Amino acid sequence: MLTVSGATVAFGRVKALDLIDLEVATGEIVAILGPSGCGKSTLLRAVAGLQPLDTGEVRWDGEDLSGLPVHRRDFGLMFQEHALFPHRDVAANVAFGLRMQKMEAASRRRRVRDVLALVGLAGFEERQIATLSGGEAQRVALARSLAPKPQLLMLDEPLGSLDRPRREELTEELRSLLRGIGITVLHVTHDHDEAFAVGDRVAVMQSGRIARIGTPADIWHDPHRGEVARFLGHANVVTVGEDGAVPWGRLPVPAGPAVVRADAFSRVDDSVPGDDPVVTGTVADVRFRGDRFELRLRTDPGDFELLVRDPHPAATGDRLSYTIDPAKMAGLSS
Amino acid sequence: MRRLARAVILVLPALAVGGFMALFFVWPIGGVIARGLGGSGPAAVLGDVLGSESHRSVIWFTVWQAAVSTALTVAVALPAAGAMARLQFRGQRIVRALSTVPFVLPTVVVAAAFEGLFDRFNLSGGGALTLRHTVWAILLAHVFFNYAVVLRTVGAHWSALDARVEDQARVLGASRLKVFRRVVLPRLAPSIAAASAIVFLFSFTSFGVVLVLGGPTRATIETEIYRYAVTRIDLETAAALAVVQLVAVVALVVVSNALERRRAVAEPAASFANAPRRRGLGLVVNLALMAAILGLPIAVLVERSLAAGRGGGYTLRNYNALADRVNLLPDTALAALRNSLTFAVPATSLALLVGGAATLVVIRSGRRGGRGLGRFFDVGLTLPLGTSAVTVGLGFLLVLNRGPIDIRTSVIIVPIAHAVVGIPFVVRTLVPMLRTVNPRTREAAAVLGASPRRVQREVDLRVAARGLAVGAGFAFAVSLGEFGATSFIPRRPETLTAPLALFRLLGTPGETLRGQAMALAVALMALTAVAVFVMDLWGDSRRGGF
Repeated sequence: MLTVSGATVAFGRVKALDLIDLEVATGEIVAILGPSGCGKSTLLRAVAGLQPLDTGEVRWDGEDLSGLPVHRRDFGLMFQEHALFPHRDVAANVAFGLRMQKMEAASRRRRVRDVLALVGLAGFEERQIATLSGGEAQRVALARSLAPKPQLLMLDEPLGSLDRPRREELTEELRSLLRGIGITVLHVTHDHDEAFAVGDRVAVMQSGRIARIGTPADIWHDPHRGEVARFLGHANVVTVGEDGAVPWGRLPVPAGPAVVRADAFSRVDDSVPGDDPVVTGTVADVRFRGDRFELRLRTDPGDFELLVRDPHPAATGDRLSYTIDPAKMAGLSS
Repeated sequence: MRRLARAVILVLPALAVGGFMALFFVWPIGGVIARGLGGSGPAAVLGDVLGSESHRSVIWFTVWQAAVSTALTVAVALPAAGAMARLQFRGQRIVRALSTVPFVLPTVVVAAAFEGLFDRFNLSGGGALTLRHTVWAILLAHVFFNYAVVLRTVGAHWSALDARVEDQARVLGASRLKVFRRVVLPRLAPSIAAASAIVFLFSFTSFGVVLVLGGPTRATIETEIYRYAVTRIDLETAAALAVVQLVAVVALVVVSNALERRRAVAEPAASFANAPRRRGLGLVVNLALMAAILGLPIAVLVERSLAAGRGGGYTLRNYNALADRVNLLPDTALAALRNSLTFAVPATSLALLVGGAATLVVIRSGRRGGRGLGRFFDVGLTLPLGTSAVTVGLGFLLVLNRGPIDIRTSVIIVPIAHAVVGIPFVVRTLVPMLRTVNPRTREAAAVLGASPRRVQREVDLRVAARGLAVGAGFAFAVSLGEFGATSFIPRRPETLTAPLALFRLLGTPGETLRGQAMALAVALMALTAVAVFVMDLWGDSRRGGF
């Protein structure tokens, strides 16, 4: 089990890590999610031993690692730009960690073959690094990190250099691969889809602090903080006044900031009596999203713009009314 | 304990390098300065040198020919650098490799090639146009020699620039010319400045080329030092001129280092690949020009070495004659070639040993925060690169016959002199190569379980192996072609090197001797090119696998 407590790293005046506390259970996959510059790479470097801590400590199974140099920690770290050894072929790259463990040549070759097969690169042993595509290089880097069977595998934006479709495909692969071997993982990314797909738990990092940590569903439904909600792509963060007053009406949540998810809205058919609309407004913009439409609704009172997800078509200028599902909104701490 | 070990690892090579350089560079140069400033003091010496009309005109000529050589070289090589950086064509790697050949050629061979060129096309006097023994001969040879400096330095920078920025400017309505002037040139400025500084330095301290091609009338500070020291045996004046030369060179080296550092800061690493561009007339013109400037002198040199003379036709007579005794030389030209090869081996080993240790100091102290020592060695070892070989030779002549070692008359003085001239080339090859190692690669190795020492062996040493090979090629070539320092060493059959023999042959009229000179030049050129190529290839083959 990895335990980080009170970890702080400052670069000049900027605190890249600000009193970070984090626990990762053995076999657990924790995704660190955050915008660039939030300190998530620094956290990985600190755990790996590449970045000394100003204060705080990193423990593995209760044992303080501060005196243990990088190469004795038995952790794996995969860099964003892969950092493959350009002067060695694929097999030699993957075998590097095994050679450091003084594994004998025959078992080394076997292990290299097995790991390459595991990442879907069977037979790539003799390829030169310069000839690899982005996706292949990423898999070689992963194989290189996995080969020595590290106690903890850290992935720093492992899919960062790939284009969108490749990314989604490899996110899936990575997820089932990591789950399959049951390894303990710290996975850093700025993409919440990737974090939600891969992580058992997700830690959202902002300005050197962990703003929210929990299962993907917990965080999505209840982001706790406005910045977290916005980072996850929740557009409708509103300030709720006394008695649930919002610019366009009332919401059944306590006073303070709150998030209303875009899928909380259901359109009210005026011809059917019974449903009491909670909000009414004019459509300012419509975007077709395949299985749904995304509307920008300008509310009647308050002139507030809401993002509304609606399965039914609409046109700019339409006047529409909606009810809001209370289960799909959450109060935030300020 | 570990701190102590680290300190020892840093200090031992520093001491070794420092010791060698102190003995064979600082001390001789100090001797030159002491003799130059003499009893009369710096002001008086400077007054004497600058007060003389002839010295003033020599200094002025040195400066302006170097400036014009630099401008011409940049003007000619810049388009080619652009073509090499931006276009992709078949045989590009070969063209790039071949374009470096003139730079490693011995200066006396370059001079021989141009003498041959002038003979062949009747430009040696008596024809419609005379280039022999004019300033044009010097300028052309300098362009030929330094072309690769601009091509490589600027070309490397150019190909690292994002071409999409230029496309963007075109889309925004800038003409090709405007794009070059407003978008490309400002970004290239640092590397052009750095290359220019180096070309200026080389042209400023150029010796063999000026001595042969300038004839009796054209003299630079460098050739004047030689003339006063060797021909007139006026060591005081020679040393005084050498002091002036030293001051100028130190200033130039400081400027060139400052320019280079600015470039290193300003240039972000390229993480993109430029799309291949359309090839067209531009490429053809550039390649044709390159072939004319670089290829023609070499081709004519080979042709001249085979020419039978007045009767016409071709023969190997000139090559056979290399084994004959000539009155002019204390031994045969073939023996001189053999001597050169014999000297090149210890000279190269010595240069690699000292240069490698120096690199260790520069790199290690740079990484550990001990910047002062690293900077000192980095700049300090560039000095010999600029410090004219002639000044080193003069220094050897002045001091190495007394004190701790009296080796002036010993044969070992030759490889030592060659090593001193070769060391900066080794350092200059190794240091940038090791600096290009991505620190992430070292970290990746550490995370995978490699101890710091192991990281060095697995990552740095592999890169260094290639650098050492390339540096060895350079040092070997430098030793084979060294002329400036060697020309001060007392003349004996055992110390006659091929460049010395070639110089003597070139300086004496007569068709037979001319033919022999051309043959000797070709042989020397072939040896040099082979040395550089073999080392380069060997370095390449060492890259893959374990």
